Amino acid sequence: MGTLRGKLLPPALAIVFSALLCGIALVISGANPLTAFGAMLTQVGEGTTLVDVVNSTGIYYIAALAVAIGFQMNLFNIGVEGQYRVAAVTAAVFGGSVTLPPGLHALAILVVAAVAGALWAAVPAILKVTRGVNEVISTIMMNGIALGLAAYLIRADVFGELRGNNIRTPEIPSTGWVPGISFGSSGTVFGLVLLAALLGVGYWIMMNRTRFGFELRASGESSTAAAAGGISAKKMVLIAMLLSGAIAGLVAMPEILGRDHTYNLNFPGGIGFSGIAIALLGRNHPGGIALGALLWAFLDKSGLALDNVGVPREIVTIMQGAIVLSVVVAYEVVRRVELAAEQRRVGRQTGTAEPVGGAA
Amino acid sequence: MSSSTSAGAPAATRGPDGPPAVELAGITKRFPGVVANSDVHLSVRTGEVHALCGENGAGKSTLMKILYGMQQPDEGTISVAGEQHRFRTPADAIRAGIGMVHQHFMLADNLTVQENVVLGAESLHGIGGRARRRIQELAEATGLAVDPSVLVERLGVADRQRVEILKVLYRGARVIILDEPTAVLVPQEVEELFTTLRGMQERGFTFLFISHKLDEVRAIADSVTIIRRGTTVGTADPKTVSSRQLAEMMVGSELPSPETRESTVTDRTVLRLDDVALYAEAGDRPVLDRIDLVVRAGEVVGIAGVEGNGQTELVETIMGMRRAGRGRVLLSGADGTERDVTKLGTLARREAGIGYVPEDRHRHGLLLSQPLWFNRILGHQTRRPASKGAWLDLDGAKADTARIVEEFDVRTPGIDVPAAALSGGNQQKLVVGRELSGKPVLLIASHPTRGVDVGAQALIWDEIKRARARGLAVLLISADLDELIGLSDNIRVMFRGRLVADADPSTVTPEDLGSAMTGAGAAGATAEGRTTPADDEVAAGEEDEH
Repeated sequence: MGTLRGKLLPPALAIVFSALLCGIALVISGANPLTAFGAMLTQVGEGTTLVDVVNSTGIYYIAALAVAIGFQMNLFNIGVEGQYRVAAVTAAVFGGSVTLPPGLHALAILVVAAVAGALWAAVPAILKVTRGVNEVISTIMMNGIALGLAAYLIRADVFGELRGNNIRTPEIPSTGWVPGISFGSSGTVFGLVLLAALLGVGYWIMMNRTRFGFELRASGESSTAAAAGGISAKKMVLIAMLLSGAIAGLVAMPEILGRDHTYNLNFPGGIGFSGIAIALLGRNHPGGIALGALLWAFLDKSGLALDNVGVPREIVTIMQGAIVLSVVVAYEVVRRVELAAEQRRVGRQTGTAEPVGGAA
Repeated sequence: MSSSTSAGAPAATRGPDGPPAVELAGITKRFPGVVANSDVHLSVRTGEVHALCGENGAGKSTLMKILYGMQQPDEGTISVAGEQHRFRTPADAIRAGIGMVHQHFMLADNLTVQENVVLGAESLHGIGGRARRRIQELAEATGLAVDPSVLVERLGVADRQRVEILKVLYRGARVIILDEPTAVLVPQEVEELFTTLRGMQERGFTFLFISHKLDEVRAIADSVTIIRRGTTVGTADPKTVSSRQLAEMMVGSELPSPETRESTVTDRTVLRLDDVALYAEAGDRPVLDRIDLVVRAGEVVGIAGVEGNGQTELVETIMGMRRAGRGRVLLSGADGTERDVTKLGTLARREAGIGYVPEDRHRHGLLLSQPLWFNRILGHQTRRPASKGAWLDLDGAKADTARIVEEFDVRTPGIDVPAAALSGGNQQKLVVGRELSGKPVLLIASHPTRGVDVGAQALIWDEIKRARARGLAVLLISADLDELIGLSDNIRVMFRGRLVADADPSTVTPEDLGSAMTGAGAAGATAEGRTTPADDEVAAGEEDEH
């Protein structure tokens, strides 16, 4: 069956192509590509790198799922970046200011994070549904506002506190922590990486087995055909955006509940944007996204080793960019080839003499 | 036939005895997996109107695209005025003196006639006075009586067509391909077009007239070539053969007929529209006004009208895709209780038993990149066998898709292929099969056989007739007057958003219907109906004051 090939071939081609591209870039800059790639591979076995890759994969996975839900509805939610930041600071403030029994406390923080992310996404969603504002523009602007809002909320005179030369929200009490799985000196896997896996399973079930998932996919493919089939595009835009925002709200939770226990100035940015690239790479499929997230995390973490062999670490960024670009091209090429092959097959099996596709 | 050399007649014109104006020999064109044209021979004499006849999907359009340089033949040769050519692009064809008037006009509404004509041909006569003079010279030949500085949006459909013809003349065409030129015209406008064509023929122009309407072909053509299943089956003199003979050449067998036999109309009302009005988004001028309509069980009610007079809006209002601004939509279920569905959404109306074959199956009927079984669920996502509660029932949906493929003869290797891989006729059979699933009480069929091959057309007609005999109420909207007259138990004529006349399909002729469609019977208006109701604000305003 050609479809499996159609799914796996493009990303494989893209990765090989971008590795070649980076290899050329390395040769031009005077370094040995084999040494560089070798250093990256051996780095996985060093110290906590493997655990870091796993943790990072989980976080990227959640972000990419959030983006993918939007993609299914033809929505380009660039605002995952702002949504997870606002959710993180809200959840950290909430977690640090309430007292709840263990377990319940963590659960409540997760719920607050999801709700905050959804509410932040609700603004572009409502603007799009009522005024037709393009979500790309509005979510980008919401990202900017989110940065400012988070900086404001952690000021010492608002919710934050000064610790050394760092500003942070009050620490969440241990009742709100989510324990990890310790591998001793190799590091600790965040407990909430499992949440990422659960979200992936839930996403697959929702998209493939539920009426809602059907409506979302149908509406995303053709809002006109969906409307004729009784699916309101506006409702789907609203729900997809809120759902995307809610999941985006969970992006920072593995780190906050598993390690940091606070939102501070060292909060990692850019995960939302990586999520876009990974969702593209994984073709919105939960399995594909997992592989994409793993690749991204591997490049991130093992790229650190490049400095040791005298290669600029930025080569990883080039590689990531090249992968995204080439994967988009490769998917389109393979899609066209497959469609033509399918039409040929249908034409052959039905023996019709008329041009297929209604293009008579 | 005249070979007179009036102003602008080409040097290449050598009258009927010279080499043919256009000669196609042994043209073969293969698309992936199918042969669209195989060994086509066509010879068009200079100064004649040559009709190319064939059913939808027979390969007419592909052949014309080859002649016009839009596609390259795999085999065969094209000669123009005795000289062999290879057209790589339409520009090559235009240079050789071939022009094409497409069925769907390619005009910019917000530009003037002159701007539309000159657009893309600025190098010929500039864009100023010289171009204007040239246009005025040529306009006379096409019968276009409007000033070149008028905006195209002000023109009716017949004048727009003349502008299209003017465009190709301006570019120096001597051989003009007319692709289904009458499809958008009412019978009176068709007569005017034919007068224009004869006048131009006098001036030495040659026409290739593509059509599947045999009466028109017999009225205008000097010779006719029949194309069937991608190949030419012969050339005939339309003056000596009968329409029936021509039709049988086209179809190659016994003709299907849309005619229904005995009436199955009951007195049980299924759909009732009560004084429905629909207002355009901007302003409160109605797009639909004072619509009273009843469709009974076992009855097919046909809506006739020139496209753009509110039929699409009527259908979408009944489907709940647009909300009526006034009035009520009432639907009676199988149990006979009447429900007011005016406030319900599309899904609820579908669940109440409305099936919907949309006029544009690609935009409104199918999810093209999804497999057939996925498409089966669309519109039925809340009902068995496609779903159980909030969960999809994939097995149920697939089994029922297999049933549709079987019962409706959808030619496909399986139900997992994407809908885009099927031919137009098979896509439409799938849509019709889906919409007749789940025991609907009412079927809204909007141009159900548009752009499908003759086999699919016959099957769809049969299925509509069979469903009608089972007591289904059908609202049929069609531009094909034969289909309307043949299938309907009652015909209502729509003009500028209103139902202006009734017709009895057992007695009405297509010409009568055509008059009523232009509003001639009701308001004495001219054939301007094609512009959408939202567009002809001025005209409608005048109308109301009378």
